[in-house]
Amino acid sequence: MSNKINLVIPDFKLTPTIDKVGVEERVARIQTRSIKDQAKVQGMKMVLNMIDLTTLEGKDSPGKVKQMCYKALHLHDVYPDCPTVAAVCVYPSMVKIAKASLNGSNVKVASVSTAFPSGQAPRNIKIDDTKFAVDNGADEIDMVISRGEFLRGNYSFVFDEIATIKETCGKARLKVILETGELVTLDNVRKASEIAMYAGADFIKTSTGKIQPAATMQVTYVMLMAIKDFFNKTGVKIGMKPAGGISTSKLALHNLLMVKETLGEEWLTNEWFRFGASSLANDVLMQLMKAKTGAYQSADYFSID
Amino acid sequence: MKKEKEIKKTESIKWELSPAPESTGHISLKAKYDLFIDGKWVKPSSGKYFDTINPANEEKLAEIAYANASDVDKAVKAARKAYSNIWSKISPSERSKYMYRIARMIQERAREFAVIETLDGGKPIRESRDVDIPLAANHFFYYAGWADKLEYAFPNRKVESLGVAGQIIPWNFPLLMASWKIAPALACGNTVVLKPAETTSLTCLKLAEIIEESGLPAGVVNIITGFGDTGAAIVNHPDVNKVAFTGSTGVGKIIQRTVSNTEKKLTLELGGKSANIIFEDAPIDQAVEGIINGIFFNQGHVCCAGSRLFVQEGVADEVIQKLKNRMEHLYIGDPMDKNTDIGAINSKEQLETIKKYLKIAKNEGNKIIESSCNTPSKGYFCKPTLILDVAQSSTLVQEEIFGPVLTIQTFRTVDEVIQKANNTPFGLAAGVWTDKGSKIFNLTTKLRAGVVWANTYNKFDPTSPFGGYKESGFGREGGVHGLEAYLKI
Repeated sequence: MSNKINLVIPDFKLTPTIDKVGVEERVARIQTRSIKDQAKVQGMKMVLNMIDLTTLEGKDSPGKVKQMCYKALHLHDVYPDCPTVAAVCVYPSMVKIAKASLNGSNVKVASVSTAFPSGQAPRNIKIDDTKFAVDNGADEIDMVISRGEFLRGNYSFVFDEIATIKETCGKARLKVILETGELVTLDNVRKASEIAMYAGADFIKTSTGKIQPAATMQVTYVMLMAIKDFFNKTGVKIGMKPAGGISTSKLALHNLLMVKETLGEEWLTNEWFRFGASSLANDVLMQLMKAKTGAYQSADYFSID
Repeated sequence: MKKEKEIKKTESIKWELSPAPESTGHISLKAKYDLFIDGKWVKPSSGKYFDTINPANEEKLAEIAYANASDVDKAVKAARKAYSNIWSKISPSERSKYMYRIARMIQERAREFAVIETLDGGKPIRESRDVDIPLAANHFFYYAGWADKLEYAFPNRKVESLGVAGQIIPWNFPLLMASWKIAPALACGNTVVLKPAETTSLTCLKLAEIIEESGLPAGVVNIITGFGDTGAAIVNHPDVNKVAFTGSTGVGKIIQRTVSNTEKKLTLELGGKSANIIFEDAPIDQAVEGIINGIFFNQGHVCCAGSRLFVQEGVADEVIQKLKNRMEHLYIGDPMDKNTDIGAINSKEQLETIKKYLKIAKNEGNKIIESSCNTPSKGYFCKPTLILDVAQSSTLVQEEIFGPVLTIQTFRTVDEVIQKANNTPFGLAAGVWTDKGSKIFNLTTKLRAGVVWANTYNKFDPTSPFGGYKESGFGREGGVHGLEAYLKI
């Protein structure tokens, strides 16, 4: 796929700096945009089709995963031509069940791996963890980086780790979770994004959802601009997945608009943009029904999973 | 395999924003506006009125009274009477009471003001709503606080008011400029005769309505409308103690000449050709935003617009590429749409001036890059434009355009850029973009400009003084410094 590209690995100590105040202003501008009528309805349908419906809990069971997979295919049958979500996202142990439940559909199965969410495990275990998920049929792997190594400046460790997992993934697409809540500064977010992209990530993803703050628009903006620069330099498209904290359709729409105003409309498909979310879908459905019927319906009219 | 193909079909999706116009249902405009003199609405003695139009669709909004010298005389007499009998006598805390009231009333009617500002001037509703009107109210709040604390602003000095202030303001920020002028004048105990620009009188007249409602003693603020000759009558009036003018350098020079052999105190805030300087180590994406805000804010009708861009050679290609890309994502069109970034050019005359400069650029062999957007067929619109291949000696680098047109030059060293930035008759503002604090402090001491912004641009606050060097004028508005212009110290 990307065999013709001649990647020159840059010195990650020299990644461009980010001005936090400037980023906040830019994001605030996007958030004052008014998305209504036709644009809103179309946008919300796009949002639904970009969701990675997620359950990542210690108490996940086959029954829970099966139910979520059914919901992934039947978000709200009352709404005509309702799109499906993009993927379901589960732990490796649930991949087989998810794969079986979604059989025959376009909805992908994504699996977290590499000792999610902390990433505190030896590399061979992370490789086995990934291999297990891939062998069970995962179409996509969501790995976490070693934030501790990153923060102590061991960028080559993080780079090698991502490259190794990418190799293990085979055909599965690799999403690299930066866990931006633990990286703290936007400068770090930019640096980690570059390391991930140069090391072979297909997607970069903000968060595990286990740490706050998660996918703030500021963080997503910085990552989108990193993707843009990477594309300009190498011609390679990288996907983006904000995950954690996006639970309202308004916020999701502003995220979409941010993608449009930075990377452009080519990124507005679930091949290149995803939302990692569990409760977002129902809020979007509620808004879609409101747009259709003119009245808000109670939450009880939307299945919880 | 088939399924994978199906997924890819969703590629080039089109997703355009739907129109989101601000409603105009809640505003009330009279068909005809008279002059506000001595607390009353009076007809112009000439009996003449002129039309004010909406530059976005060329439709008439209202008729505005055309004041002549005898109306100006009436206004100055009213201001003098109010000064001698009331305003110079009441306690300073009484003055602030009225000013706080006016500030609150502007806030209460902010939406109405924003809509009218946009209708009359062509600026995007987002800017009048988020910048112009809140800032205008804040100026009244800020100076209201100073009214009874003047002796603390200038310790160990006796401060006294001047008398009648004649104030002439431009069309780019009508209500905001009115409050920049009126608020410090009132706080210091002066009375006012103010003339807005002929293309944008409406919000000043609405402000007169507020002043009337606020119970401010009659004659303390008089608002008269008209053209250049009306302004000249104010400047020439023998009983005016202070002239404050914001506008073009050409008119500023005439005013200074006129006032030079009188006792009148003068402040001028004139044109600019401000440098926005991007160093290699700057946060590039945020700098690009700053460049965009610096030049395209209010269609470039900003005296301190960052209209000369200097980019260090190492990042020039990258910055220009990013600018071009960013420009494509600006929405140009109906100023009343909440998503519009760039609205209408204020008047036909101004649009012609900008076009004249673009023609000069072409003739001088500059490279012109325009946004690919469409502009509405009616109304006065100009696409955001970048001018490359310019030299320090190019006309477009030397003269103020007052439109959405940015010239781009490159530089190699710090000394070079300081020299080039200062090599202009103007000196209103500058921007510096770098990640290195020491570089910022080095430049702020060497750039001859009234305002230097670091890693931001076009930020305004009532507490911060604003004003120019050289042909950009003298005197400061805003902050403690702004009081000085209205006091005998």
